[in-house]
Amino acid sequence: MEWYLPVIWAGLIGTAVAMYVILDGFDLGIAILFPFARREEERDVMMNSVAPFWDGNETWLVLGGGGLWVAFPLAYSIIMPALYLPVIGMLLALVFRGVAFEFRWIAKPRHRKWDIAFAGGSIIASFLQGVILGGLLQGVAVEDRQFAGGPFDWLTPFSIFVGLSVVTGYALLGATWLIMRTSGPVQDLGRRLAPTLLLVVMAAMVVISLWTPLAIDRVAERWFSTPNIFLLWPIPLAAVLVAYIVWRAIGQGREAVPFFGTIVLFLLGYAGLVISNVPYLVPPDLTFWDTAAAPASQIFFLMGTIFLLPLVLGYTAFVYWVFRGKIAPGEGYH
Amino acid sequence: MEFDPVTLARIQFAFTVSFHIIFPAFTIGLSAYIAVLLLMWMRTGQEKYHRLARFWTKIFAISFAMGVVSGIVLSYQFGTNWSRFSEFSGNVIGPLIGYEVLMAFYLEATFLGILLFGWNRLPPWLITLASVLVALGTATSAFWILSANSWMQTPAGHEVRDGIAYPVDWLRVIFNPSFPYRFAHMLNAAYLTTAAVVLAVGARYLLAGRHGEESRTMLRMAVGMIAVSAPLQLVIGDLHGLNTLEHQPVKVAAMEGHWSGEEPGHLVLFGLPDEEERTNHFEIAIPHLGSLILTHDWDGTYPGMADFPEDEWPPVVNVFFTFRLMVGIGLLLIATGFWGLYLWWRGRLFDNSLFLRTASYMWPLGFVAIVAGWFVTEQGRQPWLVHGLMRTVDGVSPVPGASVASTLALFVFIYGVVFTMGIFYINRLINRGPMGEAIEAAAGLPNRPMSAAEEAAREATGREPGEGPGRPLTAPKG
Ligand code: HDD
Ligand code: HEM
Ligand code: HEM
Repeated sequence: MEWYLPVIWAGLIGTAVAMYVILDGFDLGIAILFPFARREEERDVMMNSVAPFWDGNETWLVLGGGGLWVAFPLAYSIIMPALYLPVIGMLLALVFRGVAFEFRWIAKPRHRKWDIAFAGGSIIASFLQGVILGGLLQGVAVEDRQFAGGPFDWLTPFSIFVGLSVVTGYALLGATWLIMRTSGPVQDLGRRLAPTLLLVVMAAMVVISLWTPLAIDRVAERWFSTPNIFLLWPIPLAAVLVAYIVWRAIGQGREAVPFFGTIVLFLLGYAGLVISNVPYLVPPDLTFWDTAAAPASQIFFLMGTIFLLPLVLGYTAFVYWVFRGKIAPGEGYH
Repeated sequence: MEFDPVTLARIQFAFTVSFHIIFPAFTIGLSAYIAVLLLMWMRTGQEKYHRLARFWTKIFAISFAMGVVSGIVLSYQFGTNWSRFSEFSGNVIGPLIGYEVLMAFYLEATFLGILLFGWNRLPPWLITLASVLVALGTATSAFWILSANSWMQTPAGHEVRDGIAYPVDWLRVIFNPSFPYRFAHMLNAAYLTTAAVVLAVGARYLLAGRHGEESRTMLRMAVGMIAVSAPLQLVIGDLHGLNTLEHQPVKVAAMEGHWSGEEPGHLVLFGLPDEEERTNHFEIAIPHLGSLILTHDWDGTYPGMADFPEDEWPPVVNVFFTFRLMVGIGLLLIATGFWGLYLWWRGRLFDNSLFLRTASYMWPLGFVAIVAGWFVTEQGRQPWLVHGLMRTVDGVSPVPGASVASTLALFVFIYGVVFTMGIFYINRLINRGPMGEAIEAAAGLPNRPMSAAEEAAREATGREPGEGPGRPLTAPKG
């Protein structure tokens, strides 16, 4: 009982984070690509292709953060002060991107500043999400159940590299989303950018896969000790295979395969990170079990989650179904 | 320079949460109003309800977006600014916030997408259903977050072991002693505040001679709502105060400017509390009325500030004045409701220009009262973070003051810009009015190839903030 509750919760929060990365990833991604679209109408289409969804997508971020507090209060209360500046910076950047969805339409024809806010906010938020990930992976100084490091501990070449990788990763998701959901010049834009982005993302994945084991012993041990190495090699192989499929599908003009392929690519990368770190929630010291909330609290919230999460997934799916298909020109409510 | 992290963290939290609450207050009320309008439209088939619903939905969307982005900041600030508090209370109030996310936030966010974008793709009844679900979501959100906050005011159903709070009885945690009052008072405050905004907008249009049919409907609905909810707010507030007297007596003493528990309390209408001398200067008071309200007895006594150790005193001056500000606005709104009812009864509601002009300035009142009310509640809880269990100074994160100071500066700057622009755009939408479809075709709709002439017309009518006032209300559309 006491043993598997934290594992269930780690799984649920891991799922929420993955949902966030994929769902908000593509809407941050289209905003990252905003500067590449030159004409106002193209940007209108790009924004409208995600406008009905962005808010629901961002809610996964609230569930990820809130869930961490509910299920692992100690981890939450160590990670947040440790990553204080990038976390607050990310939230402030998300302010710009969120309000731009509304402000940009009302500001027309003087909406340029909201184009910039939309793209800039999204680029900074994505970058800082990567920095947060990198900062966490490289480890957090803990003493006496508290964060015990300095305000810039997170700032390393590694975390900056992860930040840049996340920006390109989201851009790839955004480009393939455009291929799937739009037509005409916007779709062409996605087609033009996707192959380059794919190459950069693959390169970044290779670098991170080598950098983490070289820099962090416990990761090297996890991957390169026997028998792990025999069990784990299919993951990088699968990533290469999927990247190849995506590459070909873009070239062949397929519309849905690139997007879903990219999602699989993301999930494989995510699986890699999970394998490197399980069961640590606050590397290098604290595990799921060390930081878990009281069982009574985890059970109380789990009871509701069992019913509510499928409901949430159900109506999220409903909304995606309602707004399926290609974006019609002029679709929007403003 | 040395920064005190505790003070800075408090200022930062107070700033971000006060900014946030403005938008929930409006979206809770407005979502219910939109749902009512759409239901009326479904029932009566009258187009004016439909036009009004579409109009308010656009305004709703803006404030909702601002509510969401400022709320997400808050949910992380528990960890960034108050990590020790998060560790201490996570077992108990963490799940309440978790339920808020799962029961409310997803519901609001998802069905808002349908409410905004679904008109071309879905039948009206489904859109109406979506609007009801959004309204339900916002109220549910208030339920959980207020439960969490009330637990910090009047903790119950828990036990503390090794410096961490553990749940014992969930029902008592959720329905802790002050929660029913706080929930009712806040929800009603949101509806009242929104009614004041609707009233002001309707009055503005009538004064400008625009949108006659819609503004008469708005005015009638708003006056009716205020006439009911403003007096109700007084009643709930009174009960709330009695409950506070039982659980946080020092807060009530500060609200009342009541120093000595030996004497019956006066109702202090005005005064300048002085913590050093333990008295009010320039006091104007109605003798014994305080006792009568709080103990239902002319000579009843209740604790005064002097009955508590000074290190448990909240900042008396702030609590005292913000309380008067809130109650003053409450009384003003009650008067407005009755004035409106009277004019309505006499058939003069739509042409009494004094009433219309007064009403047209009333839109900010509810927001001010709400922020003031929260200052009473939260500052009155000081120096405790969780009443009786954890002091505010013990809840802060181990983050250097300089980090908090620099992010605080960023918050003030960014929220300042975003807020100003938000108000400006809401005002622009209000100026366009409920029948703004014609404008939209020219200025709003994406993807239409635009002729040079239209482009020029757009340039001529669009304005930037700072360039001058928005378009006058009476200007022709376009
Ligand atoms: C009385 C109601 C009330 C109060 C006291 C608060 N909120 Fe709030 N909040 C709402 C009522 C609300 C809402 C009505 O549900 C909002 C406002 C606009 C909106 O978009 O949803 C919202 C949005 C909102 C969001 C974004 C939800 C989304 O993604 O859709 C978060 C994360 C929070 N809030 C968190 C907080 C926290 C941590 C608070 C306390 C410190 C807080 N709120 C006080
Ligand atoms: C939404 C309306 C709210 C407003 C306007 C508000 C206002 C304030 C203010 C003014 C302070 C600073 C008090 C001081 O330091 O003197 C404060 C502190 C605080 N509030 Fe609230 N509050 C609100 C809701 C909430 C809710 C719902 C919660 C929790 C669930 C909460 C939790 C806190 C915490 C943790 C602090 C910091 C510690 C402290 O200074 O006491 N607040 N709030
Ligand atoms: C008309 C007379 C009113 C009375 C007697 C009254 C009474 C009170 C009291 C006693 C509190 C403090 C509760 C505590 O102990 O923490 C409070 C808080 C509050 N009031 Fe009022 N109030 C009145 C009007 C209003 C109005 C008009 C609004 C807004 C439109 C409002 C909004 C609030 C809010 C948001 C809070 C903080 C949340 C809470 O603790 O309920 N009040 N009120």
